[in-house]
Amino acid sequence: MLEKHKKLERNSMLLLMFTVIAVSIGGIIEILPLFRMQTTIEPVKGVRPYTPLELMGQEIYIREGCNTCHSQQIRPLRDEQQRYGHYSLAAESMYDHPFVWGSKRTGPDLARVGGKYSDEWHVAHLKNPRAVVPESIMPSYAFLAEKPYGDWRIKKRLKVLQSLGVPYTQAMIDEAQNDYEAQANPNTIIDPSGLQERYGDKVAVRDFDGNPDEITEMDALIAYLQKLGTDVDFSTYDPDYALKPQDGKPKTGAAK
Amino acid sequence: MSDAPELHKDIDAPTGVETTGHEWDGLKELNNPAPRWWLIVWMLTIVWAIGYWVVYPSWPTLTGHTKGIAGWTQYDKLKHEQAEITQRQSGWLGKFHKASFAEIKQDPVLFEFARAGGEVVFKENCAACHGAGGEGRRGYPNLNDDDWLFGGTAEDIYNTINVGSHSTHPNTHAVAMPAFGAVMGREGMLTPAQIDDVATYVSYLRQLVASEAFARGQAVFQQNCVSCHGEGGIGNRQMGAPRLNDAIWLYGGDKATLVQTITKGRAGVMPSWQSRMSDDSRRQVAIYVHSLGGGE
Repeated sequence: MLEKHKKLERNSMLLLMFTVIAVSIGGIIEILPLFRMQTTIEPVKGVRPYTPLELMGQEIYIREGCNTCHSQQIRPLRDEQQRYGHYSLAAESMYDHPFVWGSKRTGPDLARVGGKYSDEWHVAHLKNPRAVVPESIMPSYAFLAEKPYGDWRIKKRLKVLQSLGVPYTQAMIDEAQNDYEAQANPNTIIDPSGLQERYGDKVAVRDFDGNPDEITEMDALIAYLQKLGTDVDFSTYDPDYALKPQDGKPKTGAAK
Repeated sequence: MSDAPELHKDIDAPTGVETTGHEWDGLKELNNPAPRWWLIVWMLTIVWAIGYWVVYPSWPTLTGHTKGIAGWTQYDKLKHEQAEITQRQSGWLGKFHKASFAEIKQDPVLFEFARAGGEVVFKENCAACHGAGGEGRRGYPNLNDDDWLFGGTAEDIYNTINVGSHSTHPNTHAVAMPAFGAVMGREGMLTPAQIDDVATYVSYLRQLVASEAFARGQAVFQQNCVSCHGEGGIGNRQMGAPRLNDAIWLYGGDKATLVQTITKGRAGVMPSWQSRMSDDSRRQVAIYVHSLGGGE
């Protein structure tokens, strides 16, 4: 054995060849299945890409590191279901780039926080968490209400996400800036019906931060939070649907 | 690295271990293979992994993924666990499910069962706004008193929990207090002076301090406010219009707050809980809230 190995070690070409073979086996086993990953995503009705405003909310969510203390993944465990609601489905975060599942729950899970509280509550809570939850240790994010949205290059962001497989249409990209403003400020001259036509009737159009004069980062973050976990209608969702034989393709959009 | 010399048994004197024959600048490499037991365990883990792939779902395939011969899924496990707890609760829950609010109130044990369950649900879902003890805070009603916006019987509370206020539910309580002042470039229904007068009137309502402003404000109130808030500000639960002639205020009874309320309007939001929790949970929490002190 040692004698044969010596032959291998002394011939660089032979060594290279066998190295390549060894690495390939590892690569095939570890990487190849990932190319068929989409076949494991359970098809679900209702999941839509983020609107430009919600997308910026997610951007702020990541910028402020919310995901370091809040997870966004309800595991299929009884206790978690009782506290947070239906377990998260893979399809519900298939348009997240990057994922913000998180791995630590200093604060509660936020996967289904959308619609659980009113906008006013979110504003009060983000400004001073102790004002509404006395035992909270969350920092204050009052400054978000003061920060008007800057140059977010929204169109470019949508384009990049489109190239990653998020089904943004050309109209969505073209109208991104308008959609952004229309969603947070229905009192502007911009008609929000186009936004709802593109993203669905369920898109919430209102002034989120209680300050109708200005679109702030608070607007974007609350719009994002109010959308979380609200896509799928669980009263009609069939959990066994995914387990039944499918044609192998997810029904909603192209997930990468 | 020097070329390895011809293979020969070279024993390292201090340790007595055979060397591999490799030598770097006088340093020799000892031939210490991994222990046999370690090697066997390592091999076994590989065999174990293969067994795992066969038994459990593991590999994505062209049309799905391998299901594993055990047919195990997380969801089945959850269903099993859920069924177990439902089974354990079924005695009381089954009784609770069939009983009306009045019947539950008659049965002290069933009532305690409902209250205990309701308290857990309340702490997790309602306390964030209404406070851990239902004490409420500015903009979120106190649930311990008998000043109810939409009615204080268990049925009323249950209904409010279901539909919410200004929520996405089709039957939601949705009467908003309009903005009487000039907002967003729109002309106001009342002038700032009128708003000031009516705020004075409302802030003095429970004391009935007669003054000139009070009288003027009363006239404005008669024309603009009684349709919802009732004669003398007694409130109207059909509209969810708060009673104004008591000392309980949702947003504040001082004049500055009243001016703000009248000028900009109010439309408190409570989510609909119908799709967020089971009917039993909603009934339990209605009973809990009803029992806090103000239940009618």
